[in-house]
Amino acid sequence: MSSHAAEAVAHGHTHRDDVGSKMGMWLFLFTELILFGGMFIVYAVYRYMHQAEFHLAASELDRLVGTVNTIVLLTSSLTVAMSITAMQEGKKSLAMLLVGITIVLALAFLVNKYFEWDHKFAVGLYPGSPELSNKPQGVILYFGLYYVMTGLHALHVIIGMAVLAVMMGFMKTGTIHQGSYVRLEAGALYWHLVDIIWIFLFPLFYLLH
Amino acid sequence: MATAAALPVSTEPDFYHTKTKYKGILGWIFTTDHKRIGILYLVTMMVFFLTAATLGVLMRLEMLTSGKTIVEAQTYNTFFTLHGIMMIFLFIIPGLPAVFGNFLMPIMIGAKDVFFPRLNLLSWWLFLFGGLFALVSVFLPGGAVDTGWTFYVPYSVRTNTNVIPALSAAFILGFSSILTGLNFVTTIHRMRAPGMTWFRMPLFTWSLYSTAWIQILATPIIGITLLLIAIERWFGVGIFDPTLGGDPVLYQHLFWIYSHPAVYIMILPGLGVVSEILPVFARRTIFGYKFIAFSSLAIAFVGSLVWAHHMFTVGMSNTGMFVFSFLTFLVSIPSAIKVFNWIATLYKASIEIEPPLLFILSFIIQFCIGGFTGLILGTLAINIHVQDTYFVVGHFHYVMFGGTGFGLFAALHYWYPKMFGKMYKRKPAMVSWFLTTVGFNLLYFPMFVLGYEGMPRRYFDYLQEFQTLHQIATVGSWILYAGIIVMVVNLIVSLFRGPKAVANPWGGETLEWKVPSPPPLENFDEIPVVTTGPYDYSKYEKAAQEAK
Amino acid sequence: MAQHDQSSAHHETPHSVSYTQYLLIWLGLVMLTGLTVALAGVDLGRWIIVTALAIASIKTMMVLEVFMHLKFEDKTFRLFVLVACVTLAIFFILTFFDYAFA
Repeated sequence: MSSHAAEAVAHGHTHRDDVGSKMGMWLFLFTELILFGGMFIVYAVYRYMHQAEFHLAASELDRLVGTVNTIVLLTSSLTVAMSITAMQEGKKSLAMLLVGITIVLALAFLVNKYFEWDHKFAVGLYPGSPELSNKPQGVILYFGLYYVMTGLHALHVIIGMAVLAVMMGFMKTGTIHQGSYVRLEAGALYWHLVDIIWIFLFPLFYLLH
Repeated sequence: MATAAALPVSTEPDFYHTKTKYKGILGWIFTTDHKRIGILYLVTMMVFFLTAATLGVLMRLEMLTSGKTIVEAQTYNTFFTLHGIMMIFLFIIPGLPAVFGNFLMPIMIGAKDVFFPRLNLLSWWLFLFGGLFALVSVFLPGGAVDTGWTFYVPYSVRTNTNVIPALSAAFILGFSSILTGLNFVTTIHRMRAPGMTWFRMPLFTWSLYSTAWIQILATPIIGITLLLIAIERWFGVGIFDPTLGGDPVLYQHLFWIYSHPAVYIMILPGLGVVSEILPVFARRTIFGYKFIAFSSLAIAFVGSLVWAHHMFTVGMSNTGMFVFSFLTFLVSIPSAIKVFNWIATLYKASIEIEPPLLFILSFIIQFCIGGFTGLILGTLAINIHVQDTYFVVGHFHYVMFGGTGFGLFAALHYWYPKMFGKMYKRKPAMVSWFLTTVGFNLLYFPMFVLGYEGMPRRYFDYLQEFQTLHQIATVGSWILYAGIIVMVVNLIVSLFRGPKAVANPWGGETLEWKVPSPPPLENFDEIPVVTTGPYDYSKYEKAAQEAK
Repeated sequence: MAQHDQSSAHHETPHSVSYTQYLLIWLGLVMLTGLTVALAGVDLGRWIIVTALAIASIKTMMVLEVFMHLKFEDKTFRLFVLVACVTLAIFFILTFFDYAFA
């Protein structure tokens, strides 16, 4: 219990409660965890039911692109984490640069993903395609899950980019500054969750065979 | 909860008369005051509730005779779908937390508002928007959705009715629920007044806390599940389509992973209201405070483990069925603990008969019937026969309506003076209690018999042998509806014609009764310092002892 | 959160993680990524899924504890994370009570 904050309130002045703000963000992250968790349950059940066909389908994915994308996201987590240290040290330009790099890395991730999907569409591996409907059911399910899960993840990458862009704006105007940066921390927390989801998506789709 | 010194009488205007940034209705729609938001929820919710209740009455009219009575089968399908969607997502799930949790909880813990007031407003906007979206979808081309509120695949993927608008509405409403849960957990952790330890919190707050966790952890599952149906309809991905390898039973797993905990979102606050109201009208400290507090957490936890008891007839593995049946029996234990503690509280107490208490007594009996029939349904061998019959319909109405619904009526009659600064007329309130209780039981009890005898649910037609019981039920629905009308009229008229209420008309000991009725904007002139637990009726108990 | 915007003078000095610490964690994450890719080429049979998930979990723990500061936050946050993870695990396990024994 925050007797610290409550005492301050009791004495008549409102105290900013950064721990509470972060708590709210963590609770929101749990909802994202469970949202993707539901999809992972679907994945787990279908992989259990179609082990061989999942292995077969996974060979269509480009392991190098997947690995590169994983490194890209891990690095973007590094930069956004560092931006908080920079802000704690009062180094506004460095913090903004680091968040900027994070956004650029996110964009690189999306560009990679675009080319991946584009390639698959070109060879007829998309939901409802004639080629796909001739494949075994496990393969159809694999690609269904692939598009839904990486698609939903990509949507969250976009949202994360928007959130971080807003944080850049706050840093520029000084709303986020050395004495008050919980918003940046919250934005970074969201970004790390996007990274964590990919940490699980990557081996489950790309490293099956 | 005695304080070290009496709280000063507030010189502030009440929250209705606070100077707001915007005037008139905009001062409400753009408010961040948790009390105004609670009232906003109450008003919008009542509109949705009365609409859904009317649909219910129409359904019962249709069931007065076998075959078509007033509508065709397709229309009947849309009726029960909408009735379910509206009652569940627009009334019972938001229900107590959004109205009474929002209004009362910060005051009960000695805070000036919730932790995220603007997020709170967003919750209400999402609620309103989702509700309107659901209603509008009825009138879009394609027609109202007819899948039942459960949206089972494959029908929900193939039907031509407006599934996606309905799903979108449910998704938006889920977001509203999540944000409320998130807000409440943070508020309760970070904003309790000095001296308000966890075990000095009112039990209603404990129930809201447990509920909030379910809102946070379970709702996203329905989010992804509904999204998957929409994706299936748009792209034919195959995730639940058997022709492409998908498993419709997996849909049911995902659906019920949320929707079962959702019923605990519905009931926990109602159980909290009982624990809150009983001590006041028994003039007695609640028996077994810690047991009741922990049982709320236990119900939230165990209630997340039992979902597949909705699926005993779909072809799950025997192991799965045994496990879920066993877990279902387990969840009755913390519920029973609450009932035992309530009865112990009432035993040899100095009971005051007032409308809130009467609704609570109806709650307890009806909740027990609902709970017992839940155990019956959880028994595998019996479930085979009564699954998807009227037995299920009777069961869930007993817990959700006879339980939470009546809990909501009780809460309305208990906190009305605090929220509105007026007192309602006692006699019409008693009459409404009588009519709703009689009507409710007449309507739903026959359903157990109907179900046992084989009447399927969601059927618009039935065999002649079921006619009498259906007609009794329909008459019950009229009496119930009349009772609700009496209640609503009484409460609304008293807003204008009722006498001014005092700060503490019932002699409650929790913090909300220490502030004026209605409270000022920031609830307290000074945040109180708490030194005792809630429900401290020692002085009454002492007086009762001395009187012997 | 308007009432919380006026900050009063006393804040505890928040824990600052150095750039070096972050870099080391990043290095660890990259190496574990390399490991999981390398292992994918090895025939581990049924163990591939356990290994992949184990490595992913270790990576996640590193991100949670250091990048997301869980190590330095109020103990309550760790409890929350545990509750969320246990809940998800329960959903998985109970679902498989149906499918694994069908």
